[in-house]
Amino acid sequence: MDGDNRVVDDRTPGVEEYEPTASYLSYTAGLGLAILTTIVSFVVSQTNLLWPPGIPVGLVVLAFAKIGVHLVFFLHLGSGPDHTNNIVALAFGVLIVFLVIAGSIWIIANLNANMIDMIH
Amino acid sequence: MLGRLTWAAIPFDQPLPLYAMGVVLLVILAVLAIVTVRGWWPYLWREWLTSVDHKRIGVMYVALGLVMLLRGYSDAIMMRSQQAIAVGSAQGYLPPDHYDQIFSAHGTIMIFLVAMPLVIGLMNFAVPLQLGVRDVAFPVMNSISFWLTAAGALLINVSLVIGNFARTGWMAYPPLSELAFSPDVGVDYYLWSLQISGVGTLMTGINFVTTILKLRCPGMTYMRMPVFCWTALAASMLIVAAFPVLTATFAMLLLDRYLGMHFFTNDAGGNQMMYVNLFWAWGHPEVYILILPCFGVFSEVAATFSGKGLFSYRSMVWATLGICVLSFMVWLHHFFTMGAGANVNAFFGIMSAIIAVPTGAKVFNWLFTLFRGRIVFRTPVLFLIGFMVTFVIGGLTGVLLAVPPVDFVLHNSTFLVAHFHNVIIGGVVFGALAGYNYWFPKAFGFTLHDGWGKASFWCWLIGFYLAFMPLYVLGLMGMTRRLEHIPDASWQPLLLVAEVGALVIFLGILCQIIQLYASIRTRAARRDLTGDPWNGRTLEWSTPSPPPAYNFAVLPRVETIDAFAEIKRRGVAAAPEPAYEPIEMPRNSPTGFILSFFAVVLGFAAIWHIWWIVILCALAMAVTVMAFGWSDFRHHEISPGEIARLERARLAGLPS
Repeated sequence: MDGDNRVVDDRTPGVEEYEPTASYLSYTAGLGLAILTTIVSFVVSQTNLLWPPGIPVGLVVLAFAKIGVHLVFFLHLGSGPDHTNNIVALAFGVLIVFLVIAGSIWIIANLNANMIDMIH
Repeated sequence: MLGRLTWAAIPFDQPLPLYAMGVVLLVILAVLAIVTVRGWWPYLWREWLTSVDHKRIGVMYVALGLVMLLRGYSDAIMMRSQQAIAVGSAQGYLPPDHYDQIFSAHGTIMIFLVAMPLVIGLMNFAVPLQLGVRDVAFPVMNSISFWLTAAGALLINVSLVIGNFARTGWMAYPPLSELAFSPDVGVDYYLWSLQISGVGTLMTGINFVTTILKLRCPGMTYMRMPVFCWTALAASMLIVAAFPVLTATFAMLLLDRYLGMHFFTNDAGGNQMMYVNLFWAWGHPEVYILILPCFGVFSEVAATFSGKGLFSYRSMVWATLGICVLSFMVWLHHFFTMGAGANVNAFFGIMSAIIAVPTGAKVFNWLFTLFRGRIVFRTPVLFLIGFMVTFVIGGLTGVLLAVPPVDFVLHNSTFLVAHFHNVIIGGVVFGALAGYNYWFPKAFGFTLHDGWGKASFWCWLIGFYLAFMPLYVLGLMGMTRRLEHIPDASWQPLLLVAEVGALVIFLGILCQIIQLYASIRTRAARRDLTGDPWNGRTLEWSTPSPPPAYNFAVLPRVETIDAFAEIKRRGVAAAPEPAYEPIEMPRNSPTGFILSFFAVVLGFAAIWHIWWIVILCALAMAVTVMAFGWSDFRHHEISPGEIARLERARLAGLPS
């Protein structure tokens, strides 16, 4: 019967007596962290705080941190049992984006594989 | 003032499209006149055009698909006739300019405006009923989705008489589709119609993912969902993942054409191969968006008409989900010959062969479901059996084409044309027609005439084989696709056979029209009073036919798979009348219809560069959406007394 109860509660998102998913505090913390990652990105790119060849890597790390902040604080992606759908959907989305981007890069980079080197 | 639009846009010098459009306009005017004279407008507006009821929207989707099938078919028969005639010194009756528009329109319409509406229509009608709920998650968005699809359909048909359609084939590959080589409005009609209907499709995908994940009746766990719901979920996930790719690709081509950018142009660093790559990154999942729900229909049909549960439900579910992921790993097989090296081609060739495995597992599941079943040979079952034979042949030629060296020989030949018609007609069309025959009594309260249905099946089946088996042979003989003139006279006999096949398919369509007409004429005798004409197994058959707006007076509680079969097996006696609770239902909304109206005008104005209308329409659409968003007047309540009255009226009509 455990499964039954879960499904009964599983209704249209955002409609009925849900416990509030977040408080002003967590939204404020999320906003702060999101702004922080943005500011740090600008600082890192404009200064020599990081070893210059490492700046792109640092920006990528900050980008992922920002995605994480948005997912946790604004989209309320958690690890609770109710979040299975969201996690699976996110994993599916990440997988598809990876497949399409990596596949496209691989395909396009490989398109000249059969060409003889041009003499300039 | 009117941009590029002048009187020269109407092809007064070409009688054929003008006559065709004249006839179509006369028919439309006649229908409008009848509706006006009979005073049906208030009814149509209240009950259909503004309806947010998933059943009504499903019916309108299927109707749109069937009407556009006539348009797509007339393109097909014109092409077949031209190829059958224009051999050697004969030039046929279609000039190249017109012929190129016809094959482009045929592909575009058949995929986007026939197959998609049919499949989405069946999903709309059946999924909420099967899940035991009262509507989809976002009913008004559902209505908007339908009306945007209809807007795309209208826009594409406007190109018949004002301006012209693309001459680029249904994929509109650049650089041919770029401004330098297609300077007129044809490609713009293609792009704007598909952008508008594509937004509608994307919203449908979001709607159904949400509905199936979040809105099921009590006890309906994932592993108790009917297989059709699983396939609808997989197709919706693919829509959500794939359609943005298409929209972004088309947006880049639009930027190239309208703002002189260079995403896919020959010069300034454009890369037209990226278009081909992105188009098929959408295009291959699209194939499975179409076929997966049809697999679902066949699963329901096989179980229902053989009187036993589906063989190996779990493997069916996992095969569906496996296809869902694998479908994003095979897209390069549409362009093996574009220049990639052996490693890339080998990877995608192997993946394409692998995706045939879960599909093969499904075929065995259907076979074992039928095995030793008490099969009732109604029309949907004939389509199921015809599908299994035909689809396996199409799948096998597909595995052949997945071998890169073979593909280098057969690429763009009529062998390829035969292959994809084999899987799309044998799979999607047969599936949609099986679903149409299967759920029609649920939608309208009376069954379809079985004799005419069977006649239409045999015409479709025989017509298909006559029309496309010759194309396999011709492809092996070296005939390429889209030929306006046939250079080799030895191909003509087989082309004539294909022409006969296309005519037999027309007889199949004719039989369907007669079937519908005859069934309506004799509907009093074929009323479905029980709501369960086929001894069905899933929840939609536990409702009356047609179901009330709220579907279920009391939401069912599900404890097993095949919930309704279980209820009937246990023989639950007529329960005392339950205490009904008030039901809150979404109120009808004209939002979708109004948005669609402005979308058509906006698309038309953008095609002809009439920018002031584009801006006005965009503003009007924004205002429409906001007006809906800020209204608090979205639900209405059906009182317990009203429900009791409707339910008693239904019980009184039951045969005792």
